[in-house]
Amino acid sequence: MKPDDMDSEPSNLISEQDRDSAEYRRQSAERLLKAWETPRGWRYWSAVNNSEVGLWYTVASFCFFLFGGVLALLMRIQLAVPGNTFLTADQYNQIFTMHGSVMMFLFAVPIFEAFSIMVLPEMLGARDLPFPRLSAYGFYSFVIGGIFVCGSLFFDAAPKGGWFMYPPLTTSYQPGIGADIWLLGLTFIEIASIAAAIELIVGVLKCRPPGMRINLIPLYCWYILVVAGMILFAFPPLIAGDILLEMERAFDWPFFDPQRGGDPLLWQHLFWIFGHPEVYIVFLPSVALMAMMVPTFARTPMVGYSWVVLSAVGTGFLSFGLWVHHMFTTGLPGISIGIFSAASQAVAIPTGVQLFCFLATFTAGNVKRSVCLHFIFAGLATFIIGGLTGVMVAVAPFDFQAHDTFFIVGHLHYVLIGGTIFPIMAGFYYFFPLVKGKQLSERIGRIVFWLVLIGFNITFFPMHITGLLGMPRRVFTYPADIGFDTLNLISSLGSIILAAGFVLFLYDVVRPRRNQPLSERNPWKAGTLEWLAQMPDQPWGVRTIPIINSRYPLWEQPDFVRDVDEGRFYLPDAVEGRRETLVTTVIDAEPIQCLRVGGPTFLTFFAALFTGGFFIFATYHWWLAAILSGLIAIVVILTWVWTGTAEIPEKEMKDVGLGLSLPLYISGPSAVGWWAMFITMTADITAFVSLIFGYFFYWTIHDDFPPQPLPGPGVFWPVTGLVLVMIAYGLTLLSRRWNRAGYTSAFYLSLSLAAVFSLAGGCALLAGPWLTGLDPTQHVYPAIVWVLTGWTVLHVILGIIMQLYCLARRAAGKMTDRWDADIVNVSLYWHFLALTVVMTVGVIAGFPSVS
Amino acid sequence: MKVIEMPAASDAVKAKLICAGILISGCSGSQSALSPAGAGAEQIASLFWWMAGGATIIWVIMIALSIYTLHLNPDAHHRQKSALFIIGGGAIAPTIILTILLIYGLNLLPALLARPPAGTLQIEVQGYQWWWRVRYPNQSGEPIELANEIRLPRGEPVEFILSSKDVVHSFWIPSLGGKVDMIPGRTTHLTLHPTKTGRFRGACAEYCGASHAYMNFTVDVVEKAEYDEWLAQQSADRLAPRNEAAERGEELFLQTGCGACHTIRGTEADGTIGPDLTHIGSRNSLGADMFVNNRENLQNWIAHVSALKPGVKMPEFRALSDDEYQSLSKYLEQLK
Repeated sequence: MKPDDMDSEPSNLISEQDRDSAEYRRQSAERLLKAWETPRGWRYWSAVNNSEVGLWYTVASFCFFLFGGVLALLMRIQLAVPGNTFLTADQYNQIFTMHGSVMMFLFAVPIFEAFSIMVLPEMLGARDLPFPRLSAYGFYSFVIGGIFVCGSLFFDAAPKGGWFMYPPLTTSYQPGIGADIWLLGLTFIEIASIAAAIELIVGVLKCRPPGMRINLIPLYCWYILVVAGMILFAFPPLIAGDILLEMERAFDWPFFDPQRGGDPLLWQHLFWIFGHPEVYIVFLPSVALMAMMVPTFARTPMVGYSWVVLSAVGTGFLSFGLWVHHMFTTGLPGISIGIFSAASQAVAIPTGVQLFCFLATFTAGNVKRSVCLHFIFAGLATFIIGGLTGVMVAVAPFDFQAHDTFFIVGHLHYVLIGGTIFPIMAGFYYFFPLVKGKQLSERIGRIVFWLVLIGFNITFFPMHITGLLGMPRRVFTYPADIGFDTLNLISSLGSIILAAGFVLFLYDVVRPRRNQPLSERNPWKAGTLEWLAQMPDQPWGVRTIPIINSRYPLWEQPDFVRDVDEGRFYLPDAVEGRRETLVTTVIDAEPIQCLRVGGPTFLTFFAALFTGGFFIFATYHWWLAAILSGLIAIVVILTWVWTGTAEIPEKEMKDVGLGLSLPLYISGPSAVGWWAMFITMTADITAFVSLIFGYFFYWTIHDDFPPQPLPGPGVFWPVTGLVLVMIAYGLTLLSRRWNRAGYTSAFYLSLSLAAVFSLAGGCALLAGPWLTGLDPTQHVYPAIVWVLTGWTVLHVILGIIMQLYCLARRAAGKMTDRWDADIVNVSLYWHFLALTVVMTVGVIAGFPSVS
Repeated sequence: MKVIEMPAASDAVKAKLICAGILISGCSGSQSALSPAGAGAEQIASLFWWMAGGATIIWVIMIALSIYTLHLNPDAHHRQKSALFIIGGGAIAPTIILTILLIYGLNLLPALLARPPAGTLQIEVQGYQWWWRVRYPNQSGEPIELANEIRLPRGEPVEFILSSKDVVHSFWIPSLGGKVDMIPGRTTHLTLHPTKTGRFRGACAEYCGASHAYMNFTVDVVEKAEYDEWLAQQSADRLAPRNEAAERGEELFLQTGCGACHTIRGTEADGTIGPDLTHIGSRNSLGADMFVNNRENLQNWIAHVSALKPGVKMPEFRALSDDEYQSLSKYLEQLK
């Protein structure tokens, strides 16, 4: 956009001279603060700003961490002596299941997302993430789901199938609601996790400050991009697995029942296709934290920036090719074991590169010591042990012995505590001033550090030996005379020291600090944007959105802090009293839009509450309540979308400062909404492909799949459905074009017709399995056909809702030929829907005749 | 749908009392992968020691390097040297080490996974919540069935044919070799090659429900002659009761319906739901290696089974008198 394109109203025209006056600076800062003001009183909870939501989210996931830690202590008490009766088998099994599930789903993944929501905008010099209300929705979903899942433990109803939930133990042999709580409660949380991942990806790609080209973005953001991308592809297979498992539990569809053509191994594949990337989803963000802290303490830019980025991306890719190493003992052929063994070792290489980059940075710089640095080094030393034992178990023959023993318990805690918790602790010390404006105590910190480090090693190192002496995992007790006693007792004593360290740390975090002076600004002398924050920080995120031309602007750009403070960059003001941030291009970060983001609202809370209601009621098989709650959730979400998105601005362009004028509204592939839809649908189609994977998995293991003669769904109805939906798809695309061309009645006609054809298409798709009488409880073939059809039809229904939404928006004047983001995004959805329908029909109607 | 009853709260309390009385025992020798007594376990143990040694050296080097970087004079930084350091230390060195390790490790794989030649002893083991059905081949017809106990001739390969009748289990004798899962609807194989005589302990390694911790078994590796003798003895029908109490016990066994689930060859009891008890008196332990096999424990088992082993399917026979318990346990004890 060139300055001479400017089209702003006279009242907004402020000369450069005016901008320099102290009076203007004061007034603009006031207006900006007013726009970004955090609501007070009970309305505080309607806040959606990233600093509030990020903080709540972080605190909540840290609370779940403490809860998971208490569970771990209970287990250690039980295992302290042989034949202990402190816990019953049933209690122990619930506790170890919950410990794993809580730490993975309610702590490790959420805390990274939470923390990223909090600091990402600061690192990017943005005011907020592009969809603040989505973050709030994700947060409330997380808390509701988390409390529901954890609460079950107090009613003796918790899941007890292990965090890996292997069927048939979890289908036919655990009749209580525990497994349903796990499946539905955690699916709900996984959806929240995906929502946060979408937010973070769009944030990194589209909300960078002008000039921050892709090779200048802070390393943390690179890792976020990689990890959020991994979530997008890793969580959907698990969600697909959850759907299959829950369908078997609730409706007896035999996906994992070998008697009726199912296979328990399908679950193991789906679970570990998620489960192994999950390890890196948990671990990489902590490396990201180190990648921010290491240059700061070395007082020098990261050595080998591009190597770090490449290895992070490489780790992300490789991590999807390792899942079978969790299944080495399932009787797979030697060739697959060999390949996955090699791939599992290969992942050590990018990890090694990252570590050596850190060491090279320390070599290059003048290292400043602190508790942070202690934790970083302890993290590295510990993680290297975990990595080395990881390489050991990747060698399949050794895994035949070590698999499912305490050796693995030791290994994984060295990886996760060394690789994840220690860097997070360092991160707490490092970033605490950003949140509270005050520092954690170095003196207490040193005691915490030694307690945690010593306690950790005493607890977990002996486990390697216990495992090799033959102690399997997940046993609630063990006999006295086979050599497990002493080592277990040592582990239990160590866990008390470890716990004492965390208690002391917790005290330091929550202790009152009224008398403690504020921290100085940028206490660690870091070079990245988040340290522009004042102490205490202001809610605006950043005073003015800067122009960036280096990786460490605070170190390398002269007078940078002064210019930001004096509002000399973009958007120093909020003339219209709206919350605004800049949208830039993906690669070069050229500003393309001034984005208005949503302000405080309770809608997100209610949306989460009723979405949660759907999952929670379904757990108890209260179908009516579940459906009602689900419908209310849809209405609330539609209200939120209706009132809060694609708002028609009062003017085309806005002066954002420095002589630049940007549009307030864009639609299509440059808009954040389009990206969010695209990314969401990528995750969605991944889940769908996982279901398709199920279909072909059965085909590979059974000679009679699909069965002959084919019981259904025939060719006619699926193909009819396909044709009808394709017509609807074409009409939807036409309606977008006609809308833009201003053919109003053609738009209405084509989109209404599209909705009718969609409905007919959905019915025809259902007619296939319905009219051929496929009974999903009888055999896995009808069951998987029904699941694919059901998934597709649900998406068609969603597509119809979107078509009706666009018709209503147009009728209400909220969408016009000029302001058409709604129909553009809906067409994008329909691209994916068309693909889904083609694949479904191709598989259920086409494949049987081909095979 | 099979339903497993979980012990109610009162059962939990009772379990504590009873367990405090009888000490759970692993009366069955080594469970250690580090004191190998089989060809596979020996190879894997030496693989482990090599890897552990190498890992220690690498770790010490890394720590030394880290400390060195902290104390290094910052002026020494040189761009090209850093690149060499990162690529050399982070990529090239690990690639070389891992390649060597991979060649060593994967070389073991074919031998560990290979099916043994025809004519090798094949033992069928089925996993159940929470016990093992063991079937030995028998030249003259029906396989010989026993439970929770395996005996192997030293120096000969043996192939286990593994399957599960309920949930996923994993069959593991650490001293003899690696583990292989038992998966419902599939059959898996594991070949072991015991090299030393002795008693070893096996365990279920895959979490399989409430009493996963109580799903173990004993393995006796003996010389061939002793093995043959033992197998011949196991293939015989039960020893007839030799005294009045035992006779009364057999009667009770049949009357109270034990035979609906248990087989005692040579009697009418031919149930197949629970373990075969034809030679229970000769076994090393009770309850899938929970307790020492003696009369007192047998009696406790019959009376308090669901408190002792949470979730187990066997009902408690609470209606019997003390006298009857004694007769039953005497009978079972003499089924050598």
